[in-house]
Amino acid sequence: MTATVGQQAQAAARANDVWKVYGSGEAQVIALRGVSAEFERGRFTAIMGPSGSGKSTLMHCLAGLDSVTRGTVSIGETTVTGLGDAGLTKLRRDKVGFIFQQFNLLPTLTAKENILLPLSIAGRKPDPAWYDTVIETVGLKDRLDHRPAQLSGGQQQRVACARALVSRPEVIFADEPTGNLDSRSGAEVLNFLRNSVREHGQTIVMVTHDPTAAAYADRVVFLADGEIVSELIEPTAETVLDTMKKLDTPAEVGN
Amino acid sequence: MFRATLKSLLARKVRLILSGLAVVLGVMFVSGAFVLTDTLGRSFDSIFADAYSDVDVNVAAKPKVQVNEMEGEQTAAALPAAVVDRVTQVPGVASATGVVAADGARIIGSNGKVVTSFGPPQLGENWTGEGELLRLREGRAPQAEDEIVINKALATAAKVQVGQKVGVLTAFESKKRDFTLVGVVGYSGDRDSIGGANEVFFTTPVAQRLMLGEPDVFSNITVRAAGGVSDETLRDDVSGALGADFEVKTGEQLAADAAGGLKEGLSFFNKILLGFAAVALLVGTFLILNTFSIIVAQRTRELALMRAIGASGRQIIGSVVLEAIAVGLIASVLGLAAGIGVGALLAFLFGKFAGGLTLAGIGVPAAAVIGAFAVGLVITVVAALLPALRASRIPPIAAMQDVATPDRPLTKVTVAGSLVTGVGAVLLFLGLSGNAGGQTLSTILGGVLFAFIGVALLTPLISRPVVSLLGAIFSWSVPGKLGRLNSGRNPRRTAITAAALMVGIALVTGVTVILDSAKGSISALAQDTIKAELVIAGVQGGPRPPSFDPGVLDQAKALPGVQLVDGEYGDMAKIDGESTWVAASSDPASLRQIFGAKPTAGDIDRIGPTQMLASSDTATSRGWSVGSTVTVQLTRGEARTYTVSGIYESSQLTNPVTLPPAAAKNFAIPQPIQGFIQLAPGTRVSDVQPQVEALLADSPEVSVADRDAFIKQQTSSLDGLLTMIQILLALAIVIAVLGIINTLALSVLERTRELGLLRAIGLRRSQTMGMITVEAVVISVFGALLGVVVGTGLGAAVVEALKDEGITDLILPWGQMGVFLGLAAVIGVVAAVLPAVRAARINVLGAIAHD
Repeated sequence: MTATVGQQAQAAARANDVWKVYGSGEAQVIALRGVSAEFERGRFTAIMGPSGSGKSTLMHCLAGLDSVTRGTVSIGETTVTGLGDAGLTKLRRDKVGFIFQQFNLLPTLTAKENILLPLSIAGRKPDPAWYDTVIETVGLKDRLDHRPAQLSGGQQQRVACARALVSRPEVIFADEPTGNLDSRSGAEVLNFLRNSVREHGQTIVMVTHDPTAAAYADRVVFLADGEIVSELIEPTAETVLDTMKKLDTPAEVGN
Repeated sequence: MFRATLKSLLARKVRLILSGLAVVLGVMFVSGAFVLTDTLGRSFDSIFADAYSDVDVNVAAKPKVQVNEMEGEQTAAALPAAVVDRVTQVPGVASATGVVAADGARIIGSNGKVVTSFGPPQLGENWTGEGELLRLREGRAPQAEDEIVINKALATAAKVQVGQKVGVLTAFESKKRDFTLVGVVGYSGDRDSIGGANEVFFTTPVAQRLMLGEPDVFSNITVRAAGGVSDETLRDDVSGALGADFEVKTGEQLAADAAGGLKEGLSFFNKILLGFAAVALLVGTFLILNTFSIIVAQRTRELALMRAIGASGRQIIGSVVLEAIAVGLIASVLGLAAGIGVGALLAFLFGKFAGGLTLAGIGVPAAAVIGAFAVGLVITVVAALLPALRASRIPPIAAMQDVATPDRPLTKVTVAGSLVTGVGAVLLFLGLSGNAGGQTLSTILGGVLFAFIGVALLTPLISRPVVSLLGAIFSWSVPGKLGRLNSGRNPRRTAITAAALMVGIALVTGVTVILDSAKGSISALAQDTIKAELVIAGVQGGPRPPSFDPGVLDQAKALPGVQLVDGEYGDMAKIDGESTWVAASSDPASLRQIFGAKPTAGDIDRIGPTQMLASSDTATSRGWSVGSTVTVQLTRGEARTYTVSGIYESSQLTNPVTLPPAAAKNFAIPQPIQGFIQLAPGTRVSDVQPQVEALLADSPEVSVADRDAFIKQQTSSLDGLLTMIQILLALAIVIAVLGIINTLALSVLERTRELGLLRAIGLRRSQTMGMITVEAVVISVFGALLGVVVGTGLGAAVVEALKDEGITDLILPWGQMGVFLGLAAVIGVVAAVLPAVRAARINVLGAIAHD
């Protein structure tokens, strides 16, 4: 247990006084205003907020997809801020996994090839036991040779999840992973993500605007106008919804 | 949204420019060809107008044998000197001058080599005094037998000065004779030559003897009219006085006739250039078709929306075609401009090469303008028609769906492809087997065109297995595998792109197969048949083949170890009114002993003074048998009757007709043009060769070589032809490369999101570029492979058809084919550069963040 405590003491991803400013002068938009946050190892964190609150920008900055204007971002022991393209590529290859709203599978590859793609790009062999576990959990055993076009939306997203999990990244960033799914498929995917955190100690950071989805997380961080305004531990759909309602009327939050 | 629209428009502009470039290049070729031939044509006009400016009326004897520009040089018959007096007495004639002017006066330069003109004649003339055109620049007129005057350009080329001894070969003497250069002439307007022609002036008796072969004859008579008499009147009067045996023409007519002959050659040249332009445009059509198909596919939503808000199918077609017209118009204008530039440049280079041809101003003939617009517009619109039709079939509902256009089945296109290929094959068969009536050439060309289109239609089907097989080479790496999968993704697009490359490569391969087979067959035959260890021959640098002193033949015969010597003479003659190539051999025994001829009738070992031999093919087609009598009119002398005394089996090495040795003195070139020396058994070639070399010291146009070197030299002209064809076809290949760039750039654009994802999950920039490059290489190697296969098929078909013409060996240029495939790989890499850089630069976030 001490090990777990030790691990938790060290965050999987960390943002330190992160500012993100687009444009300049009149057209200047401040997307993030000095956000500091830690995302602990082995936990499922949701980032919530109304559209335009900066939640996606925060995730992009954390994942090294976007640069920050000020402040630093780190993943595990790697400082992301200041890395060049080669460094960022290596970071994404070795330490980060992605799940997108649009699934983003390669249409030319089978489900299995899609899942193994990050490993083959990095030139690594999958750990067979882990691979079997992942396939088992996503429940795609009989669909591995299908191409994305032959899979339903839910199945495609599960392939995408398996792709993110199979290389055991430091952290998986999920951007509205259920945004394109019906509620049943969405629930399947979220259950699966939660299980991978609970059973295998995976770290997941998920951006969503859906309170039901956020309720699957261990912790919810709320963003509004580029700042962290609130936080919930062990959320339920109701508590998340309540907090969101308050955020929609900024005056109350201010009070 | 506005930005997105603007962006897609801009992206489309680049694409349209790329496909427009294909039209520009094609149109450039077409208009360039017209500008070039027009400019050269007018330059020739002005040259001859100049050359005959001192002539009011010209009298010449009717040529004994009419020869057209393609067959060689026309040689006029000689006029007896007495005709000059008859012309002088015609009323209205101010003066009549007998002129000797014949091709074949060759100066030996200070380096010991014969000065060649590369086309324009090398005239040997009698000195008739200065005129408005001709002026002595240095020295004086020739007065003694051993004195000459030459034109300035020739003096410069030969690096000789007044006062020096100069060696000259003449029409009737291919043995060097020394003259003293006493003067140098130039022409009005400070010109050193007229159209690159070399002129050597002798005293009249010397010119008559050396250039016409008999005393007291002239080539023609130039007449000046007395004051107040028009050229036409004088012509008619002179003609009336002399009778029908003479050709009397005004100077203007003469100039027009002379230029006309050359222009006939030019128009042939023009047709060849237009043929290559057609190939380039065919390839361009593929490219435009592909571009418009892709544009339509990308605009599916937009077009469906237009349908949904009430646009008719016809309006959709109209909008696509309008776009095509715009592209075609702009490309035609640019192509025309580029064509004028290229035509002017080529004319300039031609002028330089042809010994300082003075160019008339660059002209843009109407044909260039009409051709440019007709070709540019028609090709673009025709190519855009199919995509336009497809655009009009987009259902309005497509606007509401996120259409992942399903892969349409390839059945229809494959059936169409098989049909078109079948039609092509039938046409080719008809054309090649000689069953196409008088339309052999157009039937074969039509067959090739149909075959290309048919194969292009079949390509999508072929592409699946072949592309995955080719791609397997690269599948060891992840980017390689992804690239391979991408290239198999849209079989139609890959197919059209590859088919464009196929056309160029197929033509080059086909031509190479044919020429290599011809070369190989002839070499093999020559090697098997010619039983001569040494051969005397030269390299032809102008219209007149190199010749040598016949005395060398007898001297060579006397050398120890020499068994048989044969000097070959040739002439274009009229036999019973039909133009026929005739030959004469200094020793008729050589026919059997050196060339291995087999008699099929009569006796071919000897030829009596009034006998002749014929090849079996000629005898069959002319209906001759042993004992037939025929009338032969050679370039010089009177018509004579010969009796066919023997018939030999036709082969590539036998002449249609062989005349007795004595007939050679009336040939246009009365000297041997090739010599074959057979050595006695056991004699070493290296012992005899230097001695023959020494005999040829005064015949600098030719040299002696062993048989293999001779065969190589004789077939080397085919290599030059092949290189020229390859250069001209390179344009088609360049256009195909544009097509590959276009297709890839488009794929990169379409797959932005995918590329972003790959980068997001850790694909390096270099790996991204590798992926695109593999896709390009697979497409281009596939195209080249198709081209090599189709080209080999076409070449083999032609070779098969030419079996009876002596091309018996089918030789496949494996090395060349390997080079083409390697080249295709390089082309792929080059074509991939820009799209790959673009793909590598894709902003990861921008690509994957949802829209």
